[in-house]
Amino acid sequence: MAISFTLNGKPQSVDVSPDMPLLWVLRDTLNMTGTKFGCGMALCGACTVHINGEATRSCVTAISSVAGKKVTTIEGLSADGSHPVQQAWMEEDVPQCGYCQSGQIMSAVALLSKKPNPTDTDIDDAMSGNICRCGTYQRIRKAIHRAASMHTAKANSAA
Amino acid sequence: MAIAAVVNRRDFLKTGAAGGVALVIGFHLSPAAFADQAQDQEKKTPNPFDAWVRITPDNRVTLILGKSEMGQGIMTALPMILAEELCVDWKQVKVQQAATNPKIYDLGTGGSGSVAGSWLPLRRAGAAAREMLVAAAAKQWEVGPDTCKAQGGQVIHGHPQRSLSYGELVEAASKLPIPNLNTVPLKNSDDFTVVGHDTRRFEGRDKATGSAKFGIDSRVPGMLFAVVARCPVFGGKLASFDAAKAKAVPGVRDIIPFETSGRGASTTGGVAVLADNSWAAIQGRNVLEVKWDEGPAAKESTAELQKQFLANAAKPGRVLRNEGDADSALGSSPKKIEAVYELPFAPHACMEPMNCTVQIRPDGAEAWIPTQAPQWAQGVIAEASKLPPEKVIVHTTLMGGGFGRRYQADFVMEAAQVATKSAGRPVMVLWTREDDMHHGFYRPASYHKMQGALDANGNLAAWKHFQTSTSIAAKWSQEGANDPGLGEFGTGATIPYITPNLRLEYTLAESSVPRAWWRSVEHSSSGFVVESFIDELAAAAGQDPLAFRLKLIGEDRKIPRFGEEKATPLDTARLKGVLQLAAEKAGWGKPLPKGMGRGIATFFSFNSYTAAVAEASVKDGTVEVHRLVYAVDCGRPINPEGVRAQVESAAIYGLSAALHDAITIKDGRVEQSNFNDYKMPLMSETPKTEVHVIMSKEEPTGIGEPGLPVVTPAMCNAIFAATGKRIRRLPIRREDLA
Repeated sequence: MAISFTLNGKPQSVDVSPDMPLLWVLRDTLNMTGTKFGCGMALCGACTVHINGEATRSCVTAISSVAGKKVTTIEGLSADGSHPVQQAWMEEDVPQCGYCQSGQIMSAVALLSKKPNPTDTDIDDAMSGNICRCGTYQRIRKAIHRAASMHTAKANSAA
Repeated sequence: MAIAAVVNRRDFLKTGAAGGVALVIGFHLSPAAFADQAQDQEKKTPNPFDAWVRITPDNRVTLILGKSEMGQGIMTALPMILAEELCVDWKQVKVQQAATNPKIYDLGTGGSGSVAGSWLPLRRAGAAAREMLVAAAAKQWEVGPDTCKAQGGQVIHGHPQRSLSYGELVEAASKLPIPNLNTVPLKNSDDFTVVGHDTRRFEGRDKATGSAKFGIDSRVPGMLFAVVARCPVFGGKLASFDAAKAKAVPGVRDIIPFETSGRGASTTGGVAVLADNSWAAIQGRNVLEVKWDEGPAAKESTAELQKQFLANAAKPGRVLRNEGDADSALGSSPKKIEAVYELPFAPHACMEPMNCTVQIRPDGAEAWIPTQAPQWAQGVIAEASKLPPEKVIVHTTLMGGGFGRRYQADFVMEAAQVATKSAGRPVMVLWTREDDMHHGFYRPASYHKMQGALDANGNLAAWKHFQTSTSIAAKWSQEGANDPGLGEFGTGATIPYITPNLRLEYTLAESSVPRAWWRSVEHSSSGFVVESFIDELAAAAGQDPLAFRLKLIGEDRKIPRFGEEKATPLDTARLKGVLQLAAEKAGWGKPLPKGMGRGIATFFSFNSYTAAVAEASVKDGTVEVHRLVYAVDCGRPINPEGVRAQVESAAIYGLSAALHDAITIKDGRVEQSNFNDYKMPLMSETPKTEVHVIMSKEEPTGIGEPGLPVVTPAMCNAIFAATGKRIRRLPIRREDLA
């Protein structure tokens, strides 16, 4: 039976087993490979997407539970890498192998939407479910602060 | 995405058969030897416009990458070298992954050797292309080439100045004679505008947008996704299986038993479940009924290995180095200390689990592989498919981490075997995290008995290092070609500390657990052991750990590498240089808040010099590392920002194995399975890390790994300074802090 949801702002319908995790629907059914498989048990955060704006581990999220909801993946942040968090990631030269970074970015975007100016502790808490084997944590932290200040600067100039 | 395209197909088809030869060389090289070996390799002189540089008529420049990108930044550093000599702006440049062609490109990516080994060849290739472009312009203008100049992707001449873009010149230039690479003029390094300048990684944008393609992202029309059931016990074999339940899972297409064997294999094969998607394949495997013949390794355990270590340590080992008479000196010394250090098996745990996509047709094969060793992969697929290597096209993809794990070909061998039985359909064999944790090639477990003596002046009277370990060399040397021994010590065989009495002994510990090169290889253990024990000796001598090291390193000199006469000697001036710089930047000797301690360590590895100062405290049985200050001398840094990133990364990689979990064995199998029982460091545990890079003009040396060996001893020495507790076994246990 087809399951319908909104994917990156567009209606999407898939006909798959209802217990199939969203991760594999994205990657193998829809060929949207920006969202990564790392552990399959919500332990590493590589598969993080937004469901109705909340950072969610897609590897343990059955597709049936997504019906009618809004899903945003890394591909949905911007068409051209212009999202402030992506920009900050490039400016701080965060990625090394890069495999975990889609998930890191999605967690960071969710954090900043709730706390536009996060403290280091806020960042530690929000990012504690995302593992980076290359150990880029220090740069991730800097990039989140940079994205926050870009956002603040934008807000100030608009005011 | 500019990568994964096959370049130079014509040359590739002509010379792919050489892959078999390359394969043999690859086996006999330890990664540590790559840097030294690569420089010895004679390469034919390919036309640089075929091999390295593509320029379109509209002046777009594409540089070819002959190494694999696993996060270490080689996709940026090597093209920077080409761009420098070619005289093009970095902004103008795109990078493309090379085809698998052993005639032109290197054998693999490992041993922190890519920059060291490519520095001169790529400078010469870039310079040759530049000279050909200049010659083409000079010919067109009918002037002498020495009156023309290359800059910013064009050739200029005279007053008033005229210019021709590379795009306008390339067709004529590529047909000119190729300059002699041994005499082609190279740029004066004072004129460098790319090399030595901070440069963001080329593929950074793709990695921030999710568009970067890793091996696991390979999508080929008609492909199936497979997972493999493997015997959980090392060396065990398939006894029988019943496919009925697995076949009943919706989406499962086929169940294929297969065997793997030989040097590249980590298992004996298994049963592959092929499906329309990864999820269905995993579900199918969950219900697949398999019986294993577990074999003789089913009794192995970490506890049993520990008994072996203790029994081995109770007897003398094979003497590998002996100067003076360490035993007598230890016997007669007024002050001697003894300590035992232990390190467990460690997994690579690349974030991208192993995977390999292969299609085998009667007329040829094609594969998409996140591999550090594409030529080995090509040979493995050729063997499985019984095709000649030149009929096997390997696309080297980006890698979600490598760290040595992806130098192996076991995951390629499995996929190749499955693809021979999939009726021509492309198959991705995907490993789950559990597969990755259970069937890795681990950093060896080792046990070190250290003995040291001080003379009346507080100098080092004797140093004795006994090691027993599950050697890498023993794993790879089925014909005894590589005796386990000296290689297990890394630079621990050439300690820089002056002593008249020095003895190294080694005894092999038997194990069925596969071992291989883990980031910084044997230096990861010898750095911890040597730099912790020298700190113990400093404390025993009542001397400052920095001053003690500097005194024992002594005057400026070059120490030959013991047992590796051809290798670059250890330059004590450079070693002291990084020690002093790290100490200065860290504020060595300045007071710290109560409860905090400062520790220092230095090490020479991959021809690079590193030192680190750690600040740490212990609270409620938990170690907190507050700050790390590094100084590194890796010769001329190609991309200083890339160097800093690699050292930051190696620090966390080292801390992961020191602070958290170990791979342990019970009933012949790995006890850990995922990131719940093998924990990774998180952001909250990341110390503030500063990396000070010496802007040397020496030949560039390795940097992907050398940051690692110093981090654990620096931290453990800081724990000692803070608490008086010596950490002598990893990972750090609560009871060792109490």
